[in-house]
Amino acid sequence: MAALLLILPILAVVLLNLPLWRPSARTALWIPVVLCVLQLAAVLFAPVIFPLSGALAMNYRIVGSDLSMDGLTRVMGIAIALVGIASALVARHAAVLDEVRVFRFVNLLLLALAGMNGVVLVRDLFALYVFIEVTSVSCFVLIVVNGRREALEGAFKYLVLSAVATALLLGGVALIFMVSGATTFAAAAAAVRDTTSNPLALAAVALFLAGLAIKAGLVPFHGWLPDAYGSSNGAVSVLLAGIVTKTTGVYTLIRLVDAVFGYTPPVRHVLLGAGLLSVLVGAVAALGQRDLKRMLAYSSVSQVGYIVLGLAAGPGLGFAGAVLHLFNHAVFKSLLFVNSAAVKRQAGTVDMDRLGGIATKMPVTGVTSIVGMLSTAGIPPFSGFWSKLLIVVALWKAGLPWAAAIAVLASVLTLAYFLQMQRRVFFGKPSAACDGLVEADPWALAPAVLLAGLTLALGLAMPWLFGTFFLPLGRLL
Amino acid sequence: MTAVTVVLVGLIALAALWTMQASILRSVLGLAVVSVLTTLLIFQMGAPLAGAFELSVCAGLITVVFASTVSMIRPAEPAAQGRRRLRQLRRFLFASGVLAAAAGVALFMHLHGIARLAPPPPGVAPTTQEVLWSARRLDLIGLLAIVLVGVFGVVVLFKEQPEKEDVS
Repeated sequence: MAALLLILPILAVVLLNLPLWRPSARTALWIPVVLCVLQLAAVLFAPVIFPLSGALAMNYRIVGSDLSMDGLTRVMGIAIALVGIASALVARHAAVLDEVRVFRFVNLLLLALAGMNGVVLVRDLFALYVFIEVTSVSCFVLIVVNGRREALEGAFKYLVLSAVATALLLGGVALIFMVSGATTFAAAAAAVRDTTSNPLALAAVALFLAGLAIKAGLVPFHGWLPDAYGSSNGAVSVLLAGIVTKTTGVYTLIRLVDAVFGYTPPVRHVLLGAGLLSVLVGAVAALGQRDLKRMLAYSSVSQVGYIVLGLAAGPGLGFAGAVLHLFNHAVFKSLLFVNSAAVKRQAGTVDMDRLGGIATKMPVTGVTSIVGMLSTAGIPPFSGFWSKLLIVVALWKAGLPWAAAIAVLASVLTLAYFLQMQRRVFFGKPSAACDGLVEADPWALAPAVLLAGLTLALGLAMPWLFGTFFLPLGRLL
Repeated sequence: MTAVTVVLVGLIALAALWTMQASILRSVLGLAVVSVLTTLLIFQMGAPLAGAFELSVCAGLITVVFASTVSMIRPAEPAAQGRRRLRQLRRFLFASGVLAAAAGVALFMHLHGIARLAPPPPGVAPTTQEVLWSARRLDLIGLLAIVLVGVFGVVVLFKEQPEKEDVS
C-alpha cells in the first residue's frame, strides 16, 4: 500500500498526458484532490489494515525494507495530503492561470506529492536524496509556472541554494557509503556511532546538517525563502510554506537525528544554535515587512526554529513537541497562505500599507486569519499553544532554561508582528483597495475553513491526542 | 584496464572540455554526455551499484532545468567574452587542481589508514540487473519522476507563451 502513495501520483501524470484523453484543466485540478483524500484515508486507516499490538503499534513495516510507515510517517502523510488539497483548491480559486498553466501546475503538483511521499517513506539515504531532488526540482518549476520575472528571481535563488544543499547531501551520502559500504539508515547509523575513530563519518554528519539547514530555511541559510514564497503563485506558496520545506528539510532532520546521527552533544549544540538564531531572526525580520507574504515567510523561518529547538531538547518530550509543532505549523501556515492568496486575488495586492479594514468585506477570511494568527503566536486553546508549550517545557527539563526563556520571548514577538498585520490588513481604517471588495469564492474559503477548524479541533483535543499519540511517538522514534 | 575503459575515459575528458564553451546549451549537452559516459564507464568497471547511483543523480536533466534559468540572464557584452575565455581556462586549471588535491588526500588517508573504508561485501558481486531491478528499484521510481519533472521544466521554461498578468 505504501508503494501506491509513490506510484499513483506518477501514474496520474502519465495518464493525464496521454494523447488519447485530456481532461479540461478545471477537471484535472480534482485529480490531486482525490489522490490526497485517498492518501488521508490510507494513512489514517493503515493501523486497521495492518494491525499490530502493543506499544509498537505505530512502528510497522509494510513493504520489506524499502518503504516503511511509522508514526512520524503517518503524521507527515496526513500533513502532505491536507496541504495538497488546500493548494489544489487555491489554484482553482486563483483562476488567473490559463488552461495550459493550470494543467502544468497539476502535473507538477502531483510529481511534488510523489516526491514528498517518497521522502517520508524511504529508509535509505540515497533514495532519500533522490526523492528530495524530485520535490525540489518540481517546486522550482512550480515557482516559475506563472511566467512572471520576479518569480524567476525567487526560483533562481531557490535553485542555487537548493543545488548547494544537494551537493552537501550527496557528499554526505558518498562519505557514509565509503565508511559503511551501504546507504540504509541502519548501516549509516552503525557507521556514524563510530565517529571518534573515523573522521569521515563526522564529516558526513556535518555535510548533512548544513544541507538540511538550507532545505529547511534555517538562519543563516534562509535567504532564498522570502523570495520563493513571496514571488510564487498563491497555490504554490501554500505548498512551499505548508509542507515542502517541512518535508525536505525539517522532517528529514528529525528522521536522521533519530535514526542515523543519534542525539550526540555536537548535534545537540548545532541544533540549539540554529534553532535559537532562526526563532529570533525570523521574528525580528517579520516585524519589519510590509509585504504580507514576505512577513509570513519570515514567520515560517521563526516557527521552523521552534521545531529545531524541540529537537535540540532531546528524545521524549522534545521530539514529541517538535513533531507536533511540525504538523501544527503545516496546518496554520497553509491557512495563512490560503488567506494571503484570497487577499491578493480580491484586493489585487498584499502590500500591507495599501490594505486596511478588509475584515468587514471579507469576514470569513478575516476570522480564519485570526485563528491562524493566534495559533502561530501560541495562544490557547489553539493547536500552536500546545506544541510551543511542549517545546518550552522540554527545553526547561533538558536544563536549558535560558533557551526556554528566549523561546517565550520570541513568541511575544510573534504575537506583536501578527497583531500589527491584523491591524494593517484586516482591521483599522478601510483603504482605497477595499472599494468594491467582496469575499473570496468558496474555492478559497473551503480550505481556509477546513484548516482553521482543524487548528481549533487539534487544540481542543490535544490533551487526549498528546497522551495517546504524540508522547508515544516521541519515545518510540 | 581494458581498451573500452581507455576509450571511455578519453571520451569523458573530451566531453568535459566541451563543457567549457561560452554557449550554455552546448555546455549542458557536454555535461549530459559526461554523465552518460561516466555511467557506462562505472558499469563497465564492474561497479553496478555506483553506476545506479550515477544514473539516479541524473545530473544531465537537473542541469537542463538549471541552465534554463541561467539562459534567461542577459549574456555578457562581446568585448567581455575574450576575457571570459581566459577566466574559463583559469577556472578549468583550478578545478583540475582541486580534484587532483582531493584525490591525493583521499589516497593518502586510505594508504595511512586514517579513514577506514568499508571492506568489499563477501560473496558474489551483484549484477547490473540485480542492482537496478532489485536493490535500487526505488531509485528508478524517483528517476522516472525526475525525468517527468525535467520534461515539464523544459516546457515551462523554454516554450514561448503570451504574457498574462497573474494576480494571485
